[in-house]
Amino acid sequence: MNKLKRQLLAGPYLVWIIGFIILPLLMILYYAFFDENGSFTLEYLSHIASPINVHAMVLSLELGVAATVICLLLAYPLAMILNNLKIKNQSLIVFIFMLPMWMNFLLRILAWKLLLNKNGVLNTVLMSIGLEPVMILNTPAAVVFGMVYEYLPFMILPIYNSMARIKKDYIEAAHDLGANEITIFFKIIIPLTLSGIISGVVMVFVPALTSFAVSELLGGGKVLLIGNVIEESFMQGMQWNAGSSLSLVLMIFVMVSMTIMNIFDKDGEGTAVW
Amino acid sequence: MKKALINFVDISKSYGKQLVLDEFNLYVRENEFVTLLGPSGCGKTTTLRLLGGFETPDKGQIFFDSQDITYLPANERKLNTVFQKYSLFPHMTIAENIAFGLKISKKPQAYINDKIKYALKLVNLDGYENREIDSLSGGQQQRIAIARAIVNEPKVLLLDEPLGALDLKMRQSMQYELIRLKEELGITFVYVTHDQEEALTMSDTIVVMNQGYIQQIGTPEMIYNEPENAFVADFIGESNIIDATFIEDEVVEILGVKMPCVDKGFGKNTPVDVVIRPEDVELVDPSEGYLEGDVTSLIFKGVHYELDVMANGYEWLVHTTKLVPVGSHVGIKVTPFNIQIMNKPASSDEEAVEIDE
Repeated sequence: MNKLKRQLLAGPYLVWIIGFIILPLLMILYYAFFDENGSFTLEYLSHIASPINVHAMVLSLELGVAATVICLLLAYPLAMILNNLKIKNQSLIVFIFMLPMWMNFLLRILAWKLLLNKNGVLNTVLMSIGLEPVMILNTPAAVVFGMVYEYLPFMILPIYNSMARIKKDYIEAAHDLGANEITIFFKIIIPLTLSGIISGVVMVFVPALTSFAVSELLGGGKVLLIGNVIEESFMQGMQWNAGSSLSLVLMIFVMVSMTIMNIFDKDGEGTAVW
Repeated sequence: MKKALINFVDISKSYGKQLVLDEFNLYVRENEFVTLLGPSGCGKTTTLRLLGGFETPDKGQIFFDSQDITYLPANERKLNTVFQKYSLFPHMTIAENIAFGLKISKKPQAYINDKIKYALKLVNLDGYENREIDSLSGGQQQRIAIARAIVNEPKVLLLDEPLGALDLKMRQSMQYELIRLKEELGITFVYVTHDQEEALTMSDTIVVMNQGYIQQIGTPEMIYNEPENAFVADFIGESNIIDATFIEDEVVEILGVKMPCVDKGFGKNTPVDVVIRPEDVELVDPSEGYLEGDVTSLIFKGVHYELDVMANGYEWLVHTTKLVPVGSHVGIKVTPFNIQIMNKPASSDEEAVEIDE
């Protein structure tokens, strides 16, 4: 009786999982491998090899890697500074960093569109101090910028978490054994925050690789990422088969990158934050 | 007399408004096993951290081998620390942990390998090179921490309550290991503990501290048999500490009864504290004792019985091997040599405090 009750309670979730996760995945698989007559084909999958798609895929990887690296370089020192702050309420500082995420992300990206515009705030400021205006909008640089802005908190948080877990004793012990600050950083702090770094990298790289809204808004249609190609094939061309097969390829990329990260993350601590 | 290796000169240190050490002076000789003993918050750990280079004093200087090391960073000091919580690096194997200091000083790999083997043998953990830290017990981790420190051949080994987290049996066997290590290595040990038994077992010299002041420095025997004040007497083992009056040389009045003692020079009719160890109280026939009293409680402790005897308004703690039933009327006698006279504390800073550890 009790068991039945519990199964009944799980019902809505089951419906949700089947209806919104498993069915769509199966549909993607179906559309990727079967044509409109219902016969098996690898033709759609071979679309990935077309120059446009290859270019979009490579650009996605490049910009994704660039955004991830920049996020890491920004977040790591920041996490260290946050961790070393002698402020009792450290969660407040973390909260401040997370605060922008409370606003809709499209709105925030739109705001950057205005700021980076030819006649936007950035160029007004640059010109007022006598510098040349920059045409950053609608370039890959703007897209990377948008990605970094968007995903930076996802890098800071896991790194900060793993850094806060390092006991002060380890640092003191290393000092005691003759290590200077540089050795401590490379031999103690980096290895002990590796799981946080890996989590952060995955959490930035995966959405950056698959993003299409940032590139559409800040790239102005000139920066075509794989996400945009997929979106176009679904929304504009109604080419569900092509879109599905590209999605499948993208999913494989995501899974491969996460697997590689999991190999590095031996202790699995990093997964705790997401 | 061996020369002083470490010298604290007029060290003061406070955290915020709390003064932890006040005009602290202490020297440690070469090859000495010195124990800083006291209750929590007495400044013993701060003293050790100042020596290790993890804190800097507000005032004063620390000399090591006649060199001023007050502001020398920890990594440039020729001493190593064994921390209370072991602090082994969790991302390294045991061999890597032990090799950490040696790699930093750029020793050749063959030398490092030899040293790891030697150190593991020394702490009785041969063959543990490639084990993970998590797979070790607390006692094993502590021994690895000691191995990691001594491979660097420090002149001084600092130990911050290293046995605090271990169980009783392990603690006792580690005490003997530490004594053996000290003899084999021939280096100076500075040991911090709040456990008086540990201090008595291992030390050449004990420094009893309370509230940032040194209460007494001496050999374990001196500290135990001739405590200088009530705090030391109370902290080192159990004792009867009684208000008394020093009548004249070799006569003291305890609880209204004049008794012969061996001390001189406390003046005439001076209020003093008297310490009598429970094992020094002799129970005799009522007619033969200085005082008469009744046994109020009796506990069997294995080696001896622990008795409370109510006499002249004071409850005497007595250790005896004779069984004296509760309710017996007994006489109390103390050999003059076993009556230890101490001055009353001069200031409130030195006032004995209750220890609840």
